[in-house]
Amino acid sequence: MLATPQSMKFESALPLRSGASIRDYALSFETYGTLNADRSNAVLICHALNASHHVAGVYAGQDKSEGWWDNMIGPGKPVDTNRFFVVGINNLGSCFGSTGPMHANPDTGRIYGADFPVVTVEDWVKAQARLLDALGIDQLAAVMGGSLGGMQALSWTLQYPQRVRHAVVIASAPNLTAENIAFNEVARRAIVTDPDFHGGHFYEHGVVPKRGLRIARMVGHITYLSDDVMNEKFGRELKTPTLPDEARPPGGGLAADGAIRDYLYSTQEVEFQIESYLRYQGDKFSEYFDANTYLLITRALDYFDPARAHGGDLSAAMEAAVSKFLLVSFTTDWRFSPQRSREIVKALVDNRRDVSYAEIDAPHGHDAFLLDDPRYMAVIRSYFDRIAAEGVAS
Amino acid sequence: MSDALIQQSIARLVPEGSRVLDLGCGDGALLALLQRERGCRGYGIELDDANVHACVQRGVNVIQLNLDEGLAMFGDRSFDVVLQIDTLQHLRNAETMLRETARVGRLGIVAFPNFAHWPNRLSVLGGRMPVTRRLPYQWYDTPNIRVGTHADFAVLAYKNSLRVLDAFGLQEGREVRFLPNLMAGTAVFKFERG
Repeated sequence: MLATPQSMKFESALPLRSGASIRDYALSFETYGTLNADRSNAVLICHALNASHHVAGVYAGQDKSEGWWDNMIGPGKPVDTNRFFVVGINNLGSCFGSTGPMHANPDTGRIYGADFPVVTVEDWVKAQARLLDALGIDQLAAVMGGSLGGMQALSWTLQYPQRVRHAVVIASAPNLTAENIAFNEVARRAIVTDPDFHGGHFYEHGVVPKRGLRIARMVGHITYLSDDVMNEKFGRELKTPTLPDEARPPGGGLAADGAIRDYLYSTQEVEFQIESYLRYQGDKFSEYFDANTYLLITRALDYFDPARAHGGDLSAAMEAAVSKFLLVSFTTDWRFSPQRSREIVKALVDNRRDVSYAEIDAPHGHDAFLLDDPRYMAVIRSYFDRIAAEGVAS
Repeated sequence: MSDALIQQSIARLVPEGSRVLDLGCGDGALLALLQRERGCRGYGIELDDANVHACVQRGVNVIQLNLDEGLAMFGDRSFDVVLQIDTLQHLRNAETMLRETARVGRLGIVAFPNFAHWPNRLSVLGGRMPVTRRLPYQWYDTPNIRVGTHADFAVLAYKNSLRVLDAFGLQEGREVRFLPNLMAGTAVFKFERG
């Protein structure tokens, strides 16, 4: 399936939760499949921290350009684009096409940088709704997302209850725990204290706070994996190449394959494979991700808390939702643990809403929501089969 | 676990339009039946992945939970009816779950294989554990970790101050009200918190 990125401009100001507003902005988006005659088969996919509107398909002539959820969405896939009209929208403040901190502020003509307004999950959802208005989509067959994307799906059911028939909320949470905010804060401090950050206006200095971005990504990456999967993938494996017998140093150990390896006895060299992996992930990330975007998106995560306006009572908050729900969590996900999904399920049950919940026993931690566990894929596929079968009758 | 005849019999016990919680709902067939024919709504609780998937396929609300962890998610008397159909015999915390059933539901309905059904008695009298259509397992591979009788349950219900509203047996899809502890392969109790 070929994907074609599009962009839509919005001139009128979008009022934001913070009291600020943003005008003359553009949103990048992609669509897959065909909107049916009664415009009832649209599915909105919301993206998480490190993703974009490029949800599925490939770009013409570009190898390895699959969308970030290409295993889930496409012709014949669990979210089948032969039946559904799928929309992916890049959120405001991102660095993948939609207006973000690297673009010019129409009020000043200067690059936004740190002055880009703080955006929340609710602001993103409002911006997405405007784009759907322009596409002529009044009601979504489903809104779906994982992690931060799941928070947007949840928020859709509260902000626009009548515009959502089904919400599919995967590996998500009703808000972040203190520990989760703490991880975000470590990442933000790494970026903000990088001398190349320049208070968020690094663009005009011609530099990028790559050191901060690298460390932010390394911390994030650790939290997306489980202890088990990390041990299985890397264990205590050393990075150094196998040494020939004669070069075997004193104290050198025999590895399982009989090869002789030894520590470098260095505090700064890459010694273990896990270090190498994290450095690689950090390097890669710092080449393409924007530092201000990272700050904005982690803040949007921190601020999301629909129960807050109801004295912390999530059940009271969820009363506004009328759509049907599918929630999925993964047993080894400690960043968005099953317990957090169960809180949402409980709030929905308290309000007598239709909800199903699958707790997938997968080893991959938070990352599992992007992987191919057959039970996970089967549940999503069957749920979307039901959505297709019920049409607009519900 | 529960076959179609048992499901039909149980469905008749559930008042029309009830809000139902089905503990150990299996593939969701009973809930689907209750939705279709009795106008009920509710949720199934199930642990097994394949069953959870089957419920989603049927369009039955299912929540994947381990009943051995209790029913903390559900408030007191938050359901009209809580069902435990062929579930009790698999639970480590069968007594706790019985109390939870009575807490969460205005009405509890429990059905399980009656170990005192006469063919089972004969088998034990002959020195062997019973293997029947209703109890098709060998002693060494049975998933039924709680083996009880119709009469045993009555004692447990009394011990937990449950008010038994109805108690009978099921055999070949028919209600057995005469000597159910002897004459029925399945024991059924309908109760509320005393």
